[in-house]
Amino acid sequence: MSELESLDARGLLCPLPVIRTQERVRRLPSGATLEVEATDAGTLEDIPAWCRVHGHRLLSSESVEKETGGGIVYRFRIQICGD
Amino acid sequence: MPKPKRAVALISGGLDSMLAAKVIMDQGVEVEGVNFFTGFCVEGHTHAIREKQRKKPKRNNALWVAEQLGIRLHIVDVIEEYKDVLLNPKHGYGANMNPCLDCKVFMVGKAASLLHGRDGADDNFMTDHDFDFIITGEVIGQRPKSQRRATMPIIASESGADDRLLRPLCAKLLPPTLPEREGWVERDALYDFHGRNRKPQMALAESLGFEDWAQPAGGCCFLTDAQYSNKLVDLWEARGSREYELDDVMLLKVGRHLRPAPHFKLIIGREEGENRYLEGYRNTFIALHATSHNGPLCLVDGSPTADDLALAARILARYSQGRDAAEVTVGVDRPDGTSEALRVAPFSPSEIESGWHVGA
Repeated sequence: MSELESLDARGLLCPLPVIRTQERVRRLPSGATLEVEATDAGTLEDIPAWCRVHGHRLLSSESVEKETGGGIVYRFRIQICGD
Repeated sequence: MPKPKRAVALISGGLDSMLAAKVIMDQGVEVEGVNFFTGFCVEGHTHAIREKQRKKPKRNNALWVAEQLGIRLHIVDVIEEYKDVLLNPKHGYGANMNPCLDCKVFMVGKAASLLHGRDGADDNFMTDHDFDFIITGEVIGQRPKSQRRATMPIIASESGADDRLLRPLCAKLLPPTLPEREGWVERDALYDFHGRNRKPQMALAESLGFEDWAQPAGGCCFLTDAQYSNKLVDLWEARGSREYELDDVMLLKVGRHLRPAPHFKLIIGREEGENRYLEGYRNTFIALHATSHNGPLCLVDGSPTADDLALAARILARYSQGRDAAEVTVGVDRPDGTSEALRVAPFSPSEIESGWHVGA
């Protein structure tokens, strides 16, 4: 089992969280898992759609209240599939 | 069995590029999509900021199109490279600050770097450079600046795509391209759409089984918008430089902008979503907000004096719920953590000079 990779896309507005996810995934081997944190609600649609389009597996998607400053952090776990 | 030919399609998220890709896929060609993010795209960002738009579906239309087509889509960050396109357009601007022809040359050129045997793509781009040709959804006569009969060969040659650039929706009105001459695609099954009439595209969409597609009002780029372009020019003139960063061009999409004097500008949130977005810039700008009444957040861009901040507070008070009160208390927070409170009389509507409104 490979290590969990993480990507901080908080503060970025769509489509930048998707672009950063895509850039990171390109550097990861098949089977690796990437955790992405974002604050733009648009990622709730865009990250799962990007995973479907590229054949990666969305393991989980959760919304977490920020500890300070209010707002919500969206956290996604993606398993990289294919070549 | 010969290896299927492969095409890279420029996917905007609109109807035309979706149809162009589908027409070529139906001829047995393998298609992947590419979508470029310039920083000025209407897609995405503003949907997330404004409260009333948050209630609409927030899908990224380019990704949605890719899913409908069953193709991969690569969204590419071209923010830095795009600055040269905007600042130095060889072919000039359209009605506003839109360098549409240079933009198309740039985007097709980026796609051309993915063609077989070429090696122009950077590390943030796609790894595969094995595409045989490029597809766009261009239609002759559709756009006054970039989609004319005369501009079609300019885009093909200046992008370096040459005759590997195929426009399936108007191919029959243009000389045969390499994919047609080589028989990779059947020219007879392509189209001769022209002009601004959208009915042929809608009929084709229906015949291909599409029931839904994005219909962006006013195009897909903020640079075609007069108010946005005015705000951009105002920013450049105030700074004495046309340099810009992503945050600069993002903030032009948000709030009402007032410039009471050349050396400072106010950005005032128009609703809750915009106020939340502007909150993220408190560490960069002086921020004003009414503390005695409810009201918007205001960022001050530039180098205001104490008198300027007092004026700014009176303007902000006008947009707060204390607009009819004799006095409103306004908090002034600086990026260095210091703050003060100003007690001001709100401006009446007539005291806010119409010339202060940037972009109007």
